[in-house]
Amino acid sequence: MSHDHDHDHETLSGPALRAEALEALLLEKGVLDPSEVDAVIANYGERVGPLNGARVVARAWSDEAYRQRLLADGTAAAAELDIVGGPGGQMERLVVVENSSTVHNVVVCTLCSCYPWALLGLPPRWYKDPAYRSRVVREPRAVLREFGLEVPADKALKVWDSSAEVRYLVLPERPEGTEGFSEEQLAALVPREAMIGVAVLQMLRGEQA
Amino acid sequence: MVLQNGGDARLRLGAEVAPPTENGELVFGAPWEARVFALAHHLCDAGLYNWDEFREALIAEIAQWDAAHPKGEGYVYYERFQAALEALLVNRGVVSLGALEAETAKLAARPHGHDH
Repeated sequence: MSHDHDHDHETLSGPALRAEALEALLLEKGVLDPSEVDAVIANYGERVGPLNGARVVARAWSDEAYRQRLLADGTAAAAELDIVGGPGGQMERLVVVENSSTVHNVVVCTLCSCYPWALLGLPPRWYKDPAYRSRVVREPRAVLREFGLEVPADKALKVWDSSAEVRYLVLPERPEGTEGFSEEQLAALVPREAMIGVAVLQMLRGEQA
Repeated sequence: MVLQNGGDARLRLGAEVAPPTENGELVFGAPWEARVFALAHHLCDAGLYNWDEFREALIAEIAQWDAAHPKGEGYVYYERFQAALEALLVNRGVVSLGALEAETAKLAARPHGHDH
């Protein structure tokens, strides 16, 4: 693809026009149903999102047998909660890696942007950036520090590189002070970043909101 | 973020984050990015290629860009995504590069006010 700079006068930039042209051609050829394209956007924008991953985490925190099944076979355990699918109806193998007092896990896709879509929705912009993709492997502690997360030096740090075959989800540590929480309450606590491994949940007691 | 069952505890997160019910961050920088993302999914669902094939095309486009821009400046993920989709569809003979360029030129020539 060329990167000419002769289109500054246009309202739409080069790639936007190019994308529009591609869609127009495919429509003309009859290989495209625009309403289906809209449906994909709506699906990823509204239905699929990090709440699916949060439900899985909350169930694992609440149900020890489920936690063991999740760590043994993430794909099957996600399917138990009706979380399936991906592009073309494929579901890549889901591997869940568990944080503990001695291990912190963080996920990347060094080659492109592989990500557990069915559980987390679409990846955040920084996940796809060249800087994150290359640096988190070389200097994970420094990268996590930039996210505001200091991983203690005596804690092992594992970086998981996603691929077409395997997608990773981090099972964060359950925060203290959440005893007696329902799964729904727990799920509401789990941010996407904690399931990628660039954040952790920890309870601060006695602080006013 | 305040916990629902009492005001004495507060959840601290290691990063500025959003609740899981929201995406929290704009995943698409512009509407065309969402269109091209959805287009790639739809064509995969329609059976024109499988997702591994698309992923291989995407990896190739990204690797090419990484090699030419070692500092990573000016990277737009969905431009690579668009390039991968084009390459795949051209290779499959679904569209031709010439037709794509002609259509792009046609759209670029629209008068102002009719281009969005």
